[in-house]
Amino acid sequence: MQINITQVESNIQIGKNTYLIKVYAPVLASEIKPGQFCNIKVSDTSYPLLRRPFSICDVEGDFIFFMFDVHGEGTKILAEKKKGDKLDILGPLGNGFTLDGDFQIAVIVAGGIGVAPFPYFIRLLKNKKNVISYLGGKSKDNVITYGIGSTIISTDDGSEGYKGTVIDLLENEKEKFAVGRIKIFGCGPNPMLRSLREFCIINNLECEVSTEAAMACGFGICQGCPVSSSEKDKYHLVCKDGPVFNIKDIEL
Amino acid sequence: MSKVDLSVSIGKLKLKNPVLLASGTVGYGNEISNFTDLSKIGAIVTKSISLNPRKGNPPQRIVETPSGMLNAIGLANVGLDVFIKEKIPFLEEVNSSVICNIAASSIEEYVQCTQALNDRDVIKAFEINVSCPNVKEGGLIFGNDLKAVGKITKKVRAATDKPVIIKLSPNTASISDFAKVVKDEGGDAVSAINTLVGTAFDIYSRKPKIKNVTGGLSGPAIKPVALAKVLEISRTVDIPIIGIGGIMNWKDAVEFLIAGASAFQIGTVNFINPNAGLEILEGLENYCKEMSIYNLSELTASYKI
Repeated sequence: MQINITQVESNIQIGKNTYLIKVYAPVLASEIKPGQFCNIKVSDTSYPLLRRPFSICDVEGDFIFFMFDVHGEGTKILAEKKKGDKLDILGPLGNGFTLDGDFQIAVIVAGGIGVAPFPYFIRLLKNKKNVISYLGGKSKDNVITYGIGSTIISTDDGSEGYKGTVIDLLENEKEKFAVGRIKIFGCGPNPMLRSLREFCIINNLECEVSTEAAMACGFGICQGCPVSSSEKDKYHLVCKDGPVFNIKDIEL
Repeated sequence: MSKVDLSVSIGKLKLKNPVLLASGTVGYGNEISNFTDLSKIGAIVTKSISLNPRKGNPPQRIVETPSGMLNAIGLANVGLDVFIKEKIPFLEEVNSSVICNIAASSIEEYVQCTQALNDRDVIKAFEINVSCPNVKEGGLIFGNDLKAVGKITKKVRAATDKPVIIKLSPNTASISDFAKVVKDEGGDAVSAINTLVGTAFDIYSRKPKIKNVTGGLSGPAIKPVALAKVLEISRTVDIPIIGIGGIMNWKDAVEFLIAGASAFQIGTVNFINPNAGLEILEGLENYCKEMSIYNLSELTASYKI
């Protein structure tokens, strides 16, 4: 965990509103684990003031990748970065996914830009376990398949794949993957994670999810990113206790 | 060239340099120590401690605003017992000077916390938070009431021999009246300023961006206000001031010293650059050399108005 002054290698648009930035960052590349994140300062000035948190998307040699949707001023500036630009990255932060375990099949469930942490996850897991990926989005423009391999897709408007939510799709398909010891790995907007939690509890499935929250520091000092614990009267911090949680440990 | 003496005296509190890390922006030191050498910092001011643990406010707790941020953390803290058992040992180990910030919902609670921590050597002073804008009880109910601030100062003063610093709110008509009460009741110094009450709305849902509706504004956006408050106190009350509000770099810090501060705290910048304190210290030393200032106290209240 340190501040890394890195250099942008490339920045490409991979979806209607989605970018993939590749950064030369040897130290981070050697340290970071799937599901961890970095807090990036996108400008040298006090606008925007705070860093912006992004999951690690992939690692290739000395390069790291972040996938992001352009959402506000911070991501707009990040989308404009070009080869050779410096980027101030604080990381690696948070805990990351648990890749070990006695499961045989990793079932990925991602909504929209929630797919971002999984290319690296799959890269490290694919030789050891079977991976099935379910991706959902509002419309086909919101479904990003970069780095995922074969996917089963749902869209709310039916413009691609199954018409409905990714959790509806999962419910439909559960007989297919419920043959071995499985573990679900999820990431997406909170309403999706809430439905996923219910699905996993009803079907008694093990599940880890990567959560997100507005945050300032990213390493536990600002206390800005609480998520309710399933224990009474307790919060966890997304940045330090997460961003990955056993889905049973949190209330969304 | 002779060395610059960066040590400061804030009343009877002696610190090796004027760089303090503000309460609520450094936790209890353990996380930020990954990024910075706490033994070189003038002092760290702990996250507010209350008698019992506080869960804090529900999310969303923070939002960025132009050149600033709003927070409504709600004094989330581990409580007195865990602070003593688990946090103090770390602070002793890293050889840091600690100013313990105390928040309470009654005058008795301020006194009780102060007494319980009084015999800890690592704690060099107490900073009494009478100005948190984000909790219903305590906080600004006291911070807006001259009599309450006077009474808290007097009772806490009686409970400890260590320096007592009162952290003042800018959300009052006249901050210097409060500084005067602190002086009259035996307080050693004031910290100025705490955050400014603010809010922000989502224009599509029409809901406040912060669940608590309002939050405390910090960051560079508040620096001019904070400087004016420090100047106001400096010109009207003879009490040491610890300047706080939007300091991002050494130049900002120098402004606070010129406006009347004897030392300063950095807050929001720690979230962005957790090593900012030591960088500011270096910049300050270079400035002093350049300006032939050999004792930092020469800068305090050196404004030419």
